[in-house]
Amino acid sequence: MFKKKTVAMIMSVIMLVSLALAGCSSSSSTEEKSADGKKVIKFMHLWPEGSSNAQFSIVKDIIGEYEKEHKDIKIETEILNPDQYREKLKVLASSNELPDIGMTWSDGFIKPYVEGGMLAPLDDVVDKNPDLKDAFIPGVKESYAVDGKTYGLPLELNISYVFYNKEIFKKYNLEVPKTFEEYKKVVKTLADNGVVPATVGAKDGWPASFWFMYLADRIGGPTILTDVIHGKAKMDDPAILKAAQEVQNLVDMGGFVKGASALSNDDAKGYFMNEKAAMFLTATWELPNYTTSPDVKQEFKDKIGYFKFPTYEGGKGTDINSYVGGPGVGLFVAKDSKVQKEAKDFVGYLVKRWGEKSVTDAGVIPATKVDTSKLDLAPMYIDILKDLSEASNVTTYFDTQSSPAVSELHHDLVTALFGKQVTPKDFVKQQADALAKEQK
Amino acid sequence: MKNVMSNKFVITLYVLPALILILLLIYIPIVLTGYYGLMDWNGIGKMKFVGLDNYIELVKDKLFWQSTWHSLLLGLFSTVSLVGYLILSLILASKIKGANFLRKIYLIPMLLSSVAIGQLWAKIFDPTNGMINRLLTIFGVDNPPVWLADSKIALYALFFPIVWQYAGFYIIIFYAALKNVPEELIEAAKIDGATSIQIAYKIKLPLIAGVIKVMVILAIVGSLKYFDLIFVLTGGGPNHASEVMASYMYSEAFSKYNFGYGSAIGFGLLIICLVMTWLIQKLLSSKEVEF
Repeated sequence: MFKKKTVAMIMSVIMLVSLALAGCSSSSSTEEKSADGKKVIKFMHLWPEGSSNAQFSIVKDIIGEYEKEHKDIKIETEILNPDQYREKLKVLASSNELPDIGMTWSDGFIKPYVEGGMLAPLDDVVDKNPDLKDAFIPGVKESYAVDGKTYGLPLELNISYVFYNKEIFKKYNLEVPKTFEEYKKVVKTLADNGVVPATVGAKDGWPASFWFMYLADRIGGPTILTDVIHGKAKMDDPAILKAAQEVQNLVDMGGFVKGASALSNDDAKGYFMNEKAAMFLTATWELPNYTTSPDVKQEFKDKIGYFKFPTYEGGKGTDINSYVGGPGVGLFVAKDSKVQKEAKDFVGYLVKRWGEKSVTDAGVIPATKVDTSKLDLAPMYIDILKDLSEASNVTTYFDTQSSPAVSELHHDLVTALFGKQVTPKDFVKQQADALAKEQK
Repeated sequence: MKNVMSNKFVITLYVLPALILILLLIYIPIVLTGYYGLMDWNGIGKMKFVGLDNYIELVKDKLFWQSTWHSLLLGLFSTVSLVGYLILSLILASKIKGANFLRKIYLIPMLLSSVAIGQLWAKIFDPTNGMINRLLTIFGVDNPPVWLADSKIALYALFFPIVWQYAGFYIIIFYAALKNVPEELIEAAKIDGATSIQIAYKIKLPLIAGVIKVMVILAIVGSLKYFDLIFVLTGGGPNHASEVMASYMYSEAFSKYNFGYGSAIGFGLLIICLVMTWLIQKLLSSKEVEF
């Protein structure tokens, strides 16, 4: 008698709890309307007010404009730091609760989301909109394509240059190097005089990979790394091996800041910003620091110049206008979004307006073409936008193109390559093996 | 009251909420982790059942055993450092002047977040501009080590901030335990002419043996699943030289999108922790000393 009661009690408690839990689960499957009857589009992005103020403000302004033009739409934003954003997106994806609009990276990052059937193709947004049809810099949008369909519209494009301190160069009578031999001479002079020739945050892997990728491009030709990804070339190609060897030659010469494999990109950047290092190979996202940013002294900005990565004697990549770079973030629309039509419309609007505003307001190079004649820009921007229009090739970063697993292995190995914990032979072999395993 | 508490129905009612929470938040995820370990899953798309493949790979995985070894080393180092904390606490508890002030000083690192500590030590270890190497250069060392960038030193260099971080926690607990040792016993020993070292060794230590045992377990298990500072300072690098089990699990699951294998590592970590706890309890099992 008593036992029966206990069981009944337990059952009822369990039911209560499960009811309560069921109430917690998301109701995102129904179309949401805000209190005033507007359609709500959920938009998640990664430019918080604190750390990316310029980008944050542009997006906020564009949303404001759009809501003014479309009285029936309300855009709700959720903003996270890039690293948190990455993790949250994964968690949301695994429970199939992506926001209507979000940000994504290209190639290797977007692929699992597309294969999981989470994203909507956006080709119609581009094709139907005359403003967007020819707006993108060729090749950039394609980085977000899987099986011929585009799933993300790019906002940013970054290419990498060697930025250098003109004052240090002048002090030691150095010229901007055009070839790798000349570059090595520059390194030797600087190292002999106790100046750190180049700073690199090898702990993070990707900044160090810039050096490797450029050397592979110059030695093996501009398509070699892309060919490796597509199985048309092998990672243990002699040209790539040579690139890895040249990286270690530079390390042996004292070409990089000491202990680079324990420095993050930000640590390494500090050396350059404090004029403790003469050169810094980085991408155009750093441009504001050398031109417009109010946080950096004008005196320092005046000292900074840039040059294209030197060509390699006897290498296949003879064109100095071939760059290593890649699209930054782009926008996606969730496949299961209940407001997909509206979301797509907003994405098109945002990309277009972003292209008009980002250079002047945030110093970001957009993935859309920019008409420099109408804009009042710092000279370095004008030069770089001109370079972009003359670029013969932009090789998307190897780690962006590859799958997450290979990308991570690449980062680990590049760190080890710079720290001389792995031989160039092992460096290429381990990656070749991992790629071969994936392509099976 | 006694009547109420002997009513099984009431007991069930009181225990149930906590039980359900623990089940939902701890035990079910543990079982799920073991289950995900049977899958080939990138965390986004569909799962594919691969049987015990992940676990077989785990047993053969050199990197996993290397990171396990690093975790065990950290556990050993933390345990050894307990001796230091114990001595410090003995001194603090023996009514010296300024004990209160010192205790607070030792506790401060505990109040900082791991990330802040990480940033702080990154600056201290910086090969060129860091505090340690600056000092070494001043004292005439020509080629000071590059610390976290050197694969032979990185792991050991990391041990110091980790141990330093938790000093306050262990000292506080030892201190509290020592303060609990009855004053009469110590007085009696003093009258019998015991020196303070004898008092510490023969009276205080046996009386707090239980606490010491718990601290050893906490130190070792805490070390086995340690993650924060390693992630902030080296990320497990260079070339996995400072990889521990938790950082290896993170890089597999979250960086390589290898959730199945990451879960298998997590499950392996759990089993190793359980075995270690059991071993320590076996090794340290001695009868409790009563007051």
